[in-house]
Amino acid sequence: MKLFFGFMLLFTVSQFIWLQQNKPLKESVLRGSEVYNDFCVQCHLDNGEGIAGIFPPLSNSDYLLNNIKESIYAIKYGMEGPIKVNGELYDGIMVSQGLDSEEIADVMNYILNSWGNSSNNELITPIIVNQVEK
Amino acid sequence: MRDYLVLIFISIFIYIPSCSAQENPPLVKTPEKKEYTYEVVIEGMNQPWGMSFIDTDKILVTEKSGKLFLVENSIKTEISGLPYVYVRGQGGLLDVAIHPNFKRNSIIYFTLGTNIEGDAGGNTALYQAKLTDNKLEDLKLLYKATPNTKKAQHWGSRIVFDDDGHIFFTIGDRGNRDLNPQDLSRDGGKVYRLNLDGSIPNDNPFVNEKTGTKKAIYSFGHRNPQGMIIHPISGKIWINEHGPRGGDEINIAEPGKNYGWPKITYGVNYSGTTITENTNLPGLEQPFYYWVPSIAPSGMAFSTSGVYKKWKGNLFIGSLKYRYLERLVIKNNKVMEREKILENVGRVRDVREGPDGYLYIAVEGKGILKIVKIK
Repeated sequence: MKLFFGFMLLFTVSQFIWLQQNKPLKESVLRGSEVYNDFCVQCHLDNGEGIAGIFPPLSNSDYLLNNIKESIYAIKYGMEGPIKVNGELYDGIMVSQGLDSEEIADVMNYILNSWGNSSNNELITPIIVNQVEK
Repeated sequence: MRDYLVLIFISIFIYIPSCSAQENPPLVKTPEKKEYTYEVVIEGMNQPWGMSFIDTDKILVTEKSGKLFLVENSIKTEISGLPYVYVRGQGGLLDVAIHPNFKRNSIIYFTLGTNIEGDAGGNTALYQAKLTDNKLEDLKLLYKATPNTKKAQHWGSRIVFDDDGHIFFTIGDRGNRDLNPQDLSRDGGKVYRLNLDGSIPNDNPFVNEKTGTKKAIYSFGHRNPQGMIIHPISGKIWINEHGPRGGDEINIAEPGKNYGWPKITYGVNYSGTTITENTNLPGLEQPFYYWVPSIAPSGMAFSTSGVYKKWKGNLFIGSLKYRYLERLVIKNNKVMEREKILENVGRVRDVREGPDGYLYIAVEGKGILKIVKIK
């Protein structure tokens, strides 16, 4: 019985720590969803699916998940194709939306943790965004 | 057995109309033979948003990021003296238009996102200035929409003039559809009408309404008009506006009329959820045409010159989404044909007929292109 309570305590404590550790990420993702629905959804659509050949997908996007810095750069300064996303060529333009570093971090955290994407609890911070320079 | 057949027939009849509702006719066609191509008139532009012809070889062009260029024989010179440009989301430096008497007074008008109040966010403004030696002088703010907001969307904004000394410009709903478009005491979701000096014409439709009414309003209930042109024959104000998914519209803006956003629309939210069940309500204007699926229309021009013989009288509208120029044949007040011109050319933001009668388009990442017949 003692052992059981011991495990329970350990479990609760570790859960608590996990939640606390993830709190900044969860809050950032929540703020990021607002930025996404304001600035990104018209092209990348509601489930990050994009439009094949026109607007690249974000959901399960090999480009996004393998190019975090380039993706931050693209949101910050804009980007021009051609790029290959999940084997398909995209030759379009995305322009800078005028977001500040916190908003960019938030929307990155949102797209990296939505629609099946996962950043494995890694948090993009405004400091990381500031380090991406032109 | 008979019952089954009846059932099948009924289901076919139910199916056919629901199927045709998917796409609003006439369906857009790709020409069988490619007859037109383009020449690059101004190159090296990222997001050309608006243009205005001083002469065929002398063009004012805005770059949305906040730069105004005077282009003479394809050589770009940046014009200094712009006010503060608030660049965020769809906002930035937007349209530019020369005064109807520009040759005598050198006055230009332009719209942009700005903030003069010092709080957070921005909203659309109309300015006037004198263009002298590549500088803007006598800068005058003619209209500033309030309140400022950090929302990304729907700034408008096109500028046109009628022949009677009025300037018209558009402001979108600024991402606040529930409050702005239907409220005459609020800016956003409107076509505005001013005298050329910025004063309010005393025959504006709401000039005698109660205090608090924005008396510059000409028509309302719009979402985001980014194309506007005076019809070459009727003199009426034609606009196109971005709707929600499946709700892009062409409207003919009449004084004091309500175009219904968001009480009526043919579109749905980007997520597919319903905005309203209503496409038609008493007192609200129906669109001249609506696009299903949406093409994301921007820029608007009639071909009047006869330079392109088969296109005389046709309407041309850019598609940001599908990256072509759309040609619309209008007969008996109805869109009869739609055709893709310059398929995959890029995101077409603006369309104008130049003084030489050719059509010019502003394309993201490319610049200003002139449409010519393939020799």
